[in-house]
Amino acid sequence: MSQFNLSRRSLLKAGAAGLAAAALPMGYARAQSPIVLGAVYVGPRDDFGWNQAHSVAMEILKQVPGITVIEEENVPETDAVSQSMESMINLDGANLVLATSFGYYSPFVVELAKKYPEVQFRHAAPLWKEGDPTNAGSYFCYLNQGHYVNGVAAGLSSPTGKLGFVAAKPIPSVLSNINSFLLGARKSNPNATVQVIFTGEWSMPVREAEATNALVDAGCDVIGCHVDGPKVVVETAEGRGVKTCGHNASQAPLAPKGFITGAEYKWSTIYSMYADLLAKGEPLPNFVAGGFHNDMLQNTPYGAGATPEAIAAADAAITDLKTGKPIYVGPLKDNAGNVVIEGEMDNYDPVLDGMNYLLEGVIGSIT
Amino acid sequence: MSAETAGSIPSTHTPNVRMLKFAEALFVPLVALLVSAVLFSLFLLIIGKSPVDFFSLVWTGGFGSSFSIQQSLQRSAPLILAGLAFAIPARIGLTIIGAEGALVLGGFAAAAIAIPLVTFGIPAPLTWLLMALIAMVTGGVWIGLAGWLRHYRGVNETISSLLLSYIAIAIMNFFVEGALRDPASANKPSTMPIGDAYRIGSIPGTDVHWGFAAGIVLAIALYILMSRTTFGFAARMTGGNVRAAQAQGLPVGLLIVSCCVIAGCCAGLAGFFEVAAIHGQANASLVAGYGFTGILIAFLARHNPLAVVPVAILFGAIAAAGGLVQRRMGMPDATVLVLQGIIFVVLLTSDTLYGRLKFFQPPVGGDRT
Repeated sequence: MSQFNLSRRSLLKAGAAGLAAAALPMGYARAQSPIVLGAVYVGPRDDFGWNQAHSVAMEILKQVPGITVIEEENVPETDAVSQSMESMINLDGANLVLATSFGYYSPFVVELAKKYPEVQFRHAAPLWKEGDPTNAGSYFCYLNQGHYVNGVAAGLSSPTGKLGFVAAKPIPSVLSNINSFLLGARKSNPNATVQVIFTGEWSMPVREAEATNALVDAGCDVIGCHVDGPKVVVETAEGRGVKTCGHNASQAPLAPKGFITGAEYKWSTIYSMYADLLAKGEPLPNFVAGGFHNDMLQNTPYGAGATPEAIAAADAAITDLKTGKPIYVGPLKDNAGNVVIEGEMDNYDPVLDGMNYLLEGVIGSIT
Repeated sequence: MSAETAGSIPSTHTPNVRMLKFAEALFVPLVALLVSAVLFSLFLLIIGKSPVDFFSLVWTGGFGSSFSIQQSLQRSAPLILAGLAFAIPARIGLTIIGAEGALVLGGFAAAAIAIPLVTFGIPAPLTWLLMALIAMVTGGVWIGLAGWLRHYRGVNETISSLLLSYIAIAIMNFFVEGALRDPASANKPSTMPIGDAYRIGSIPGTDVHWGFAAGIVLAIALYILMSRTTFGFAARMTGGNVRAAQAQGLPVGLLIVSCCVIAGCCAGLAGFFEVAAIHGQANASLVAGYGFTGILIAFLARHNPLAVVPVAILFGAIAAAGGLVQRRMGMPDATVLVLQGIIFVVLLTSDTLYGRLKFFQPPVGGDRT
């Protein structure tokens, strides 16, 4: 694979490897049994988005002696994923499988975990619950904190305060990112609004470009997004001369003029922790979740679109999030006028996982 | 045309000629596969990978062990049915490329009807029967509509079936994200799961679900229907020349719509098995592209229902091996697509060989039908 990589990715990998070397103690050679880790991705590993975020972090595990990483990309959320995972177990001897797409969990991971009790399965969404197989588990990062930081920076980088957001589907995890983006923007500019367009699909480049253009035509001068691969949105917005905020992985190279910052996963924290435990022969936790406070998120280094005030405010927002300062502080109304949040919500409150509204200030509708 | 057809009928019935034609039908695709393998090896050498490694991995991943074989068969299950869904209308001269929509809508209908059946505790076999029936009816109506539009309204069936396919997916999304959404499926809108008790298991002793067996049975049945019955003869004749068929007094409209309905039933059934054997509910994962792979498979099988089965298994094996190739050789997923593309082009090109290889021609001159 490596000879196909863009130099930018190689750089990222080198950076990730350096991080690993810094973060991990020595002595993995003494791992009791060889670990074969199978990673399954739903899209290409260089999608400038979700899959790339995982793939970049996976490079860290590849550096660990005693761990062999095998990877498979473009595996759809059908029985193809059970087959891929089972093939990893039977033909490659995988004893830890990382299934990185939401739809892999039920029924596929759950059923395979029952069928192969000696193999560990970990899935990248907060779906594991008591009663599920104990050799399965979940890991997840609350990216809405990153979108909050995006919003804080966007609010101070936008001359008009009119922000746009291209979103995939009106489901809780997406709505939470939109609402957090708005709350961040309102923190730095109380008059900011976020206009949202849903494309209806996780990956629909044509519609993403149309939506971006429509938002720019409507006067938005900063565009954020939550789609699988934000490449099209970021490039289209850059082409139209407006600023952008990133999502999932770094899109900074795509927008040299207008990139502000981006909400990025830091899966490497979790993967390093897994590697560490595996090397010691200790069990992996069934459930890991986090955000800025436990170093599971990062914001993309600021681009040319970020003003100095925006950078200062965003850095302050990250510091606040690290100390657990809540994003959702009531009373908050949805954009139909109903009070949806009364008091202060902890950033990891499970109630937020069921979010089904857009806050006042978001222009758009989920139906 | 009719004189030539009439003239050929006695000769194709002599065993010798049948053998020759069968041998030709076997020989040409095999040569094509070999040529594809050579071309693909060149491609691998250019990008600096070993063709030997590649093909030995394809063998290991596709057929090398009982596990691999079962994987290939399991992956081929929806492809057989999708291949049939293209092949049958093709015999009557229609290019129906909307099996994807019929599969999705059929699967959705099965999942939807299952909700009350499961709620009321109807026994599983009866539930499956009803689910399969509704899936087939839904798929049949959907593709039948494309046939009807074609014959009675003159709408190009290729375009209409493709567009109907998008509508079908939109309809499923509309209900799955709306009225029929299981509240528990917050981030991946789905219908209510049918539950483990209502899942169709595997064929005993294997990991292959029953959709594979259904595909084989249907392939045989449709082969007999298209080759050994008056219906099949009339359909093929219509495929040869609609006007001639009409002049002969054949019910062309009925034949066209029937073939389309059969195709839709196959696709709908594939959707049923996706829901009942794989997902246990309907959601966006049903849109997996099987319907479009089926087009490729039917073309390679030259629209012969029986040949659809081995071709689908070959595709299943290539897909199964594709993962192994990615993992062991560190090659991108697109590698397998390159191989599939080469096979497709070479096989289509090889069509020109039929009737040109002296060895396979019957000794009587001039008969090439």
